[in-house]
Amino acid sequence: MALKGLDIFKLTPKKNCKDCGCPTCMAFSMKVAQGALSIDKCPHMSPEALATLAAATEPPMKTISIGEHKLGGETVMLRHEKTFVNKNLFALDLCAGMDDAAIDAKLAEADKVDYERIGERMRVECVYVSVKPEHGAERGAAVVKKAAATGRDVILHCCDAALAGDILKAAAADVKVLAGANADNWEAMNALATEHNLVLGVCCKDLSAAHDTIEKLEAAGNKNLIINICAESIKDAFSFTVQIRRAALKDGDRTFGYPTIVNVARLAPEDYTMQAALASLFTVRYGSVIVLGRMTYAEALPLFGLRQNIFTDPQKPMKVEPGIYPLNGADENSVVAVTVDFALTYFIVSGEIERSGVPTNLIITDAGGYSVLTAWAAGKFSAGSIAKFFEENDIASKIKSRTLILPGKVAVLKGELENKLPDWKIVVGPNEAIQLVRFLKDYK
Amino acid sequence: MPFVSKPRKFNASINETVLGVGDKAVTLGGLNTLPLHFFDAPAKNPPAVGIEITDVDADLSAFPELAAFYEGAKTPAERAKKAAAAEGAQFVCLRFEGADPGGLNRSAAECAAIAKEVAEAIDLPLVISGCKNVEKDAEIFAACAEATSGKNVLFLSAREENYKTVGASTALAYGQKVGAESAVDINLAKQLNVVMTQLGIAPGSIVMNVGSAAAGYGFEYVASTLDRVKAAALEQNDNMLQMPIMTPVSAETWGVKESIMPEQDMPEWGSQEERAVAMETVTASACLASGSDAVILRHPKSVKTIAAMIAALL
Repeated sequence: MALKGLDIFKLTPKKNCKDCGCPTCMAFSMKVAQGALSIDKCPHMSPEALATLAAATEPPMKTISIGEHKLGGETVMLRHEKTFVNKNLFALDLCAGMDDAAIDAKLAEADKVDYERIGERMRVECVYVSVKPEHGAERGAAVVKKAAATGRDVILHCCDAALAGDILKAAAADVKVLAGANADNWEAMNALATEHNLVLGVCCKDLSAAHDTIEKLEAAGNKNLIINICAESIKDAFSFTVQIRRAALKDGDRTFGYPTIVNVARLAPEDYTMQAALASLFTVRYGSVIVLGRMTYAEALPLFGLRQNIFTDPQKPMKVEPGIYPLNGADENSVVAVTVDFALTYFIVSGEIERSGVPTNLIITDAGGYSVLTAWAAGKFSAGSIAKFFEENDIASKIKSRTLILPGKVAVLKGELENKLPDWKIVVGPNEAIQLVRFLKDYK
Repeated sequence: MPFVSKPRKFNASINETVLGVGDKAVTLGGLNTLPLHFFDAPAKNPPAVGIEITDVDADLSAFPELAAFYEGAKTPAERAKKAAAAEGAQFVCLRFEGADPGGLNRSAAECAAIAKEVAEAIDLPLVISGCKNVEKDAEIFAACAEATSGKNVLFLSAREENYKTVGASTALAYGQKVGAESAVDINLAKQLNVVMTQLGIAPGSIVMNVGSAAAGYGFEYVASTLDRVKAAALEQNDNMLQMPIMTPVSAETWGVKESIMPEQDMPEWGSQEERAVAMETVTASACLASGSDAVILRHPKSVKTIAAMIAALL
């Protein structure tokens, strides 16, 4: 359970040596209690004190690394309570029983989706490869290698320890997660995962059985786990995923303090619309790796957008890069509109301008990620800041048009802006983005 | 140590609000668990799915499946009949796009005539939504409430600027249901419910629309507003936030780039219809997970999928 700063202080050397970077041992203890610093920043702790503290300050949900990505480490059930920490990953579902042409087609289809949205690269991060005894180790290893060749992290799903062992002999370097431990095979699977340094996935067909298996694995010293939700029904899959997270975060059950894998391709085979709906459900509610049967732009655009939204820190506004955004094929002669770098503002304004079809150069200034009125009130979106941005980015030579549309909410800036940008004709635009379509069409 | 499931039920629950009349009437709300957590307690009334039609005969050529679904239906009443037959649809939402003063500027009397025809054409509950212009919406809602009197219609929505006229002309004058629309802010949502009940509207006649956005377009605000409203309603028993929530998903998702960009302009994005369906399905699922008691969708495939997902979670 969470320790208070004073409890931690009692275990420190109390020398105020500042080796940890804090002015006093007390300050250090308070930071550790808040979770801002880790206890090993103090080089003078006795091993006994460290062991006591490590157990007590252990987070309710472990952070597990898969390749470059981190999963889990969550502390709240709802994002507004603090923030969600590690975004979920998406994975593509493959089975060693599929023929090569089908596998190549699936991988090629997923490869087409690779784009950037507000500074984040959007592509399927993982491939989930299922291998059964009838497919054989050679085939399994070949599919694993094919999947890994796309530069994605491979999750190997195989419940037969001997088979998994043979596949890993040939392709251990291409696998990041070995999923398939259960009540019967956990010892052998644990040995494999430990030998090859892989995250071990524990099958959860039933909450109690999975709980038991995880307890045994933890007792055997493995805490590098992920829970693979193997429920047959959509209802059970959702119930297990929610209850596992709730047990870990609300009821202090550390045994369930691991991220989860949810395979929605198995829950709704071939029904890609249903898979998208389920992927959305598990993005909002506690799936850590979500496995889909395909990832085309149809699924990717809403799902990656949703994930980016849900996993933004509510305490920090989401910002877009300042600059000139030519919309609807705008060129240097097209009209110019200016607004702030708050991502929501950018999306709504650019969306409405795109709807109008009028070629427009949208200029995003650095306004600290605030909305128009907030930025104006904070002095981050003023005639001065706009003029400075125009000067620093040499807008006048990049764009020939001399018409600048100002957001209606900051109409008061018009006069001052006319003084600072004397060559420009300043036009006050509408108050709300939704009125932009008519405004631009009429203006044209 | 074996795992013991701890069901999480609340003593408070969401209000029950009935829409429509007869066998097909739909009850919204009634839940005393977190959204979709039917494993904690059986759902009294599962979330409802509605299908949206508009009063104008829109060009559906970019959406072959949708065009085929409505083929031959020229009038709003004919479209409503087809919509009502869509698999999974529990109510029909008639949206008066044509009333927009910036567009067709259809008069209140014309709208009322259409609403009456539509209400008579279907036996599913009817929801009437406006054109987002506060003055015009107040006018058409008043006329439509009279024309559909006795049908227990829900009007979406009254807003801060027009709640008095809309509330009085729909719920108070004709016993219809009324939506209370606020923009992703729990305090504004509560405030509007307070002033509407002070006007004399029964809490059971109010359905909230706490705001909506397409996935990727600031949806975090929608999700957190829904999360917070449900927490206040259930954990703190705040009866001014216990009205069921209806989210008009399609009205947001069909206007974003992902849904309106034609395939020829963006070939790598693939079928426009698939994109539009996925956008509204993903958004609807996220709304339901966060707390919507009803969603409104446009495409029959989305309606079918979301209804099937809710059924699978029961």
